[in-house]
Amino acid sequence: MANYSWPPMDKRRVIGKRTSRLDGPAKASGRAKYASDQNLPGMLYGMLLTSPHAHAKITSIDTSAAEKLQGVTAVRVIAKPGTEIQWAGTEVASIAATSESIARDGLKLIKVDYEVLPHVVREDDLAKAGNRGKAGGEQVTGDPDEGFKNAAVTSQGTYGIPVITHCCLEPHGLVVAWKGDKVEYWPSTQAVSTVGGDLAKSIQVPVANVHVQMDHIGGGFGSKFSSDLWGTEAAQLSKASGGRPVKMFLDRETELTIAGVRPSAFAKVRIAADKEGNVTAFESNSWASGGFGGGGMPPIMYVYTKIPNYRLNHTAVSLNAGGARAWRAPNNPQASYIMCSALDDLAASLKMDPLDLFVKNTPLTIRPATYKRQLERAAELIDWKKNWKARGQNRDGYMARGLGIGVATWGGAGHPSKAKTTIHPDGSVEVELGSQDLGSGTRTVIAMVAAETLGLPLTAINVKIGDNTYPVSGGSGGSTTVGGVSTSTRRSTVNALDKLFEKVGPALGVPADQLEVTDSRVRVKNNPDKGMSWQQACQKLGVESISEMGENNPQKTEGLNTGGASGVQMADVSVDTETGFVRINKLVAVQDCGLVINPKTAESQVLGACIMSCCGALMEERVMDQQTGRMLNANMEFYKLAGINDIGDIVVDLEVIPENDQRGVIGLGEPPAIPGVVAIANAVATPLACGFRRCP
Amino acid sequence: MSSNKDKEIPKKKSSGFSRRGFIRGVGIGSGALSTGILEPAAEAAPAGAAVSGPGAIPITLNINGKATKVTVEPRETLLDTLRNQVNLTAAKRVCDRGTCGACSVMVGGKVVYSCTVLAIDAQGKEIQTLEGVAANHPVMQAFVNNDAQQCGYCTPGFVMASKAFLEKHPKPTMEDVKEGLGGNLCRCGTYMGVRKAVLEAAGKGGRNG
Repeated sequence: MANYSWPPMDKRRVIGKRTSRLDGPAKASGRAKYASDQNLPGMLYGMLLTSPHAHAKITSIDTSAAEKLQGVTAVRVIAKPGTEIQWAGTEVASIAATSESIARDGLKLIKVDYEVLPHVVREDDLAKAGNRGKAGGEQVTGDPDEGFKNAAVTSQGTYGIPVITHCCLEPHGLVVAWKGDKVEYWPSTQAVSTVGGDLAKSIQVPVANVHVQMDHIGGGFGSKFSSDLWGTEAAQLSKASGGRPVKMFLDRETELTIAGVRPSAFAKVRIAADKEGNVTAFESNSWASGGFGGGGMPPIMYVYTKIPNYRLNHTAVSLNAGGARAWRAPNNPQASYIMCSALDDLAASLKMDPLDLFVKNTPLTIRPATYKRQLERAAELIDWKKNWKARGQNRDGYMARGLGIGVATWGGAGHPSKAKTTIHPDGSVEVELGSQDLGSGTRTVIAMVAAETLGLPLTAINVKIGDNTYPVSGGSGGSTTVGGVSTSTRRSTVNALDKLFEKVGPALGVPADQLEVTDSRVRVKNNPDKGMSWQQACQKLGVESISEMGENNPQKTEGLNTGGASGVQMADVSVDTETGFVRINKLVAVQDCGLVINPKTAESQVLGACIMSCCGALMEERVMDQQTGRMLNANMEFYKLAGINDIGDIVVDLEVIPENDQRGVIGLGEPPAIPGVVAIANAVATPLACGFRRCP
Repeated sequence: MSSNKDKEIPKKKSSGFSRRGFIRGVGIGSGALSTGILEPAAEAAPAGAAVSGPGAIPITLNINGKATKVTVEPRETLLDTLRNQVNLTAAKRVCDRGTCGACSVMVGGKVVYSCTVLAIDAQGKEIQTLEGVAANHPVMQAFVNNDAQQCGYCTPGFVMASKAFLEKHPKPTMEDVKEGLGGNLCRCGTYMGVRKAVLEAAGKGGRNG
């Protein structure tokens, strides 16, 4: 019986060591090729014509002038007359031409007439949303009325967090070409193994006819799973142009308008406690919008789920605006924002240090001991007891200082993943998976697991991902990749090694299960002198390579990976009370992610999530104009992201401790992207006590 | 929150290039104006200077030390010419209007946003893209050492800007780095690594693992 379990912490040579990402040199030198960098012979440029109206009916569309423009090879109508458009940016027609300039000129020649209809594009004031709001039904636990009646202190507040976009630096898009009845497809995708099937369905070819290739992706954050309408259009434009390759990447305005957003969340909250600060009752009336489909219900109760009495009501608002897509921890940052803002205000009402309130109520959380430990650790890292002062007490002239807390939870167990490890007679090793590296370091993690398992240096492992002819591995969403690929790679590699041992055992005169590998040597356990080099061992294979599969079955992970990550972040900010300018002094993140394979890239994930939180707390917002129905800031001057000087010092503690390590691998993409926004918001609220709180 | 990058942009764009939307409008309306308005040096040119366009015209660009013949419309940006015609794709098209720095290249010894430079205005100047820099340049190595990249799409622009910054400020402080690299944006959040990488490349330590 093969032993797949992770080597003990103190025996690991590769796993757990700070390792530079393998594709780092290619990226840093500009040599890495993204889908948007593909240039193929005879390639055409595809573009979309989109609706300028947020709500309208198409009455006529005339593409004849565009079709006659020299250099245009195909024009397609997407929204036929009679189609009702529900948000500005909706795709109306597509075009392919020999250059981008010609394609752009061609779009201007398409004549579309619209019957403009009334629209609603803002949801921040629920009263103005009219019949667009749909109540989702009430959830009640315990007796909230009794809970509030018996409480010593009740606090209330209104909290709001706006719609933000993914703003991937590489826009959504693809290059696609037909070769006979086969389709070559270079997407920018988070789902190499499944996106081909998605495209195949939309263009009605067998799944096996679509070949997906992608070496690198310039950001996804949850928005790049499907082949999308533009995928279908580009493929059809290519077909209509005799199979010539078509490159279609959204321009920045279209990217920010229709390629996905994170839903907003607003809530009027009441929260109550006894005089010792034990939270006894909670009530929220929340509303949100994720676009025309409504959506966006934050999972309140959040972390502090065991508050005995609560009442929840949520209203989903349908807007004439681009739709939501998964955004790094879907709905969790919003839930954390609402819950932790309310707790922070409650602490102020109790005249209690919020740290004490958060800690005191950890028995009400899903993992009491973990949150208590993390709150105390984060408080130590930010020197909370020294730096925190009650609201309004921490001022130096017009500059005020505040500290704030946010908490998070996430699943993060590994997705279904298959891997194939091949050991060749020349000693070379390949690991193949239909996976993708979003910049989280997946390639490097796969190589590290294989190198650890085979006792080889990292450079001996050739990782092959980014192709749907490799074994099927899940899409990178929900922080499921690292658990999935590390488990499948561990298993396929152990299986391949066991096969090698079967070949080598006889030569060393021992049964296969008496062998082990270390430092590029195969040797007999308990008799280290008896062995041979890795190269010699592989020569025993003759001419036949070993190829073995391994799988992560989420129902049967055998402790290699698991879910359930906890995190606490704390912020220290200064506020210029005259200008409102906020400066982040320090952000501290304490994050559990189980067994850490590569601390270097894991830390980068947390740092990145913290920086995204700085953007979300202080800068980012999709600004919709009710007059025109359009997004006012669909560009990068006015859709603000933080620059290198806009963030403070960031301290990360990954909690590499035995009790976390023994849980196995847990994904890290989403958890640290949750609590930072509210930690910063609470820090800003400390000096500026006010009843209505809204980001950014 | 006002951002320091706002202050940084004019510094980087000291050659007076305007943003793409404007360029494109001018390019369509009158090819002759496109050189006159946008390039201060050209404003001094005598009346009756050669008129280019509006159709595509053959020009020669000096890219990474090589004379490279391309045929461009006067409205085409240097970025699009590099990416689409010369297959030099290190410079990325992200904001496409002079905000994010992902398209940074060197033109005439200055780092510029190539999305705000017309290809025809880059004639006669030395153009250097990241492909023209040795693949083991110390700044690149420092980016790898300090994990100053995730998805990597902003990285070539950041490396180019960092290299140019260090050539001008060989001994920067951390504060200099934060001020000097405000013209490049990253979405994954790699700034902590970039800060350390630039200091490491300047020989000031900061190596992280």
